[in-house]
Amino acid sequence: MLCQECGQRPAALHFTKIINGEKTEVNLCEVCAQEKSGMLMFSGQPGFDFNNLLAGLLKIDPSFQKPSQSPLQQEELLHCEYCSMTFPQFLKLGRFGCAHCYETFKDQLQPVLRRLHSGNWTHNGKIPKRIGGDIHLRKHVDELKQSLQQCIASEEFEKAAQIRDEIRSIEKKLAGNAEGGE
Amino acid sequence: MSLEHFLNQAVSSWMSEEGPDSDIVLSTRIRLARNIEQYKFPSLFSHEEAKMVVAKMEHLLKTSGFETFGPMELLKINEMQPLQKRVLMEKHLISPQLAEESPNGAVVLTENEEVSIMINEEDHIRIQCLFPGLQLANALEAANEIDDWLEDHIQYAFDEKYGYLTSCPTNVGTGIRASVMMHLPGLILTQQMNRIVPAINQLGFVVRGIYGEGSEALGNIFQISNQITLGKSEEDICRDLMGVVSQLISQERSAREALQRTSNIQLEDRVFRSLGVLTNSRIIESKEAARCLSDVRLGIDMGYIHQMSKSILNELMILTQPGFLQQYAGGQLRPHERDIRRAALIRERLKMESKNIKGEE
Repeated sequence: MLCQECGQRPAALHFTKIINGEKTEVNLCEVCAQEKSGMLMFSGQPGFDFNNLLAGLLKIDPSFQKPSQSPLQQEELLHCEYCSMTFPQFLKLGRFGCAHCYETFKDQLQPVLRRLHSGNWTHNGKIPKRIGGDIHLRKHVDELKQSLQQCIASEEFEKAAQIRDEIRSIEKKLAGNAEGGE
Repeated sequence: MSLEHFLNQAVSSWMSEEGPDSDIVLSTRIRLARNIEQYKFPSLFSHEEAKMVVAKMEHLLKTSGFETFGPMELLKINEMQPLQKRVLMEKHLISPQLAEESPNGAVVLTENEEVSIMINEEDHIRIQCLFPGLQLANALEAANEIDDWLEDHIQYAFDEKYGYLTSCPTNVGTGIRASVMMHLPGLILTQQMNRIVPAINQLGFVVRGIYGEGSEALGNIFQISNQITLGKSEEDICRDLMGVVSQLISQERSAREALQRTSNIQLEDRVFRSLGVLTNSRIIESKEAARCLSDVRLGIDMGYIHQMSKSILNELMILTQPGFLQQYAGGQLRPHERDIRRAALIRERLKMESKNIKGEE
């Protein structure tokens, strides 16, 4: 077997990478392995090309849906107004061009995110303090609404009334913020 | 504080200090990926934009420096020698991508090297905190503090639905990568790692550093990190990783006990043979060095070797990497010359310890 890097010397080192159960074989000769050593084992980023994998994920999509040929053509025409990245370009690169791409390609993105993140497609973590002011409040209202439903279900009506009042006051505040902000 | 200082101060705190469970966990790292709203991502941005990002960070450091983790210094990639970049890479302070593919890259380092902020790598900002031993909560707290400081001055690309927006959709949401570096010789010697890795993968975590036949890592060192960044909170991600790591720690400990019970003399023999190789060899390749260092470290942890510092594995695994060897030699070395240098460096380092070594008879 020849080294996959230089294609000249016989491969002496054989790696198997297993990522999410996905096996990738890497066969290198001593010389190329020396060059790559360290990086393969110690880098935070794996040496293998993630882009191909991602592009693969994205490309699978049309064949699953396949109601007509048009969606694919639309995707090809779709481009980001801010950085002018096109969908085929994104497929090739595996990286977005700017923050606006997430909005531009949102229709294509959701199934991909679900596959990449075990079915999740919405953020559930940290919210920046300064720019995220209202988001904090809105998330809090959502949580309160959930516990309100639980209280009603378990017939804790007094507690439910308290929560309802709290929701109202926050919603009032949010409405005030929106007006003030305009 | 100059670049020389960073490089000469070869041993970072995460290599030399001991942390919780540091008989098995070598280090803990938290990385947060962030981008600045107004600029295009590094995959597409212009040189001008890239320079503006660096200038913004430089300005920020000057005007509203953040001293919680000590003074910080910004180093530009294009002002470094190839060897200097390589050394920073081997110390995990910068990534290969920043060193090789980011001409407008920079890194902000604290003096103790616990914090490094990579600029213009795959994302505009990557905050990284590296702690010795198992300290996920502390590392997360530190990373969050730096994140909050930056957010006070920088408009992050953030979306209510998708969270922190990153170049690559694999990092979107929290932008967090929590990883724990573990020394697991017991699980390798008892051939359990093959079974364990797929189980960890199924939980959404990645195991890196797998070597040959999908089971052996260089120096039996594995990095376990989260794969999912979206839909879970940072705390949940760390807690889940903690769960996996605790399991691994207890399995590793019982594997070591089992080894000691069933093949005590063989194990002791292996440890001292490896010590012999390290103390006496004149030419040693990195793979052999890694294997022997792992054995010696196991010997220290299990009480076969006394009064030798535990940090020897962490330290020498890094110091015997090609970049460091060449730094130590003061110039470029061919692979064969490196093997000679490596052997010399290891002998020298062990000599410092040898006064104290008393092997069990």
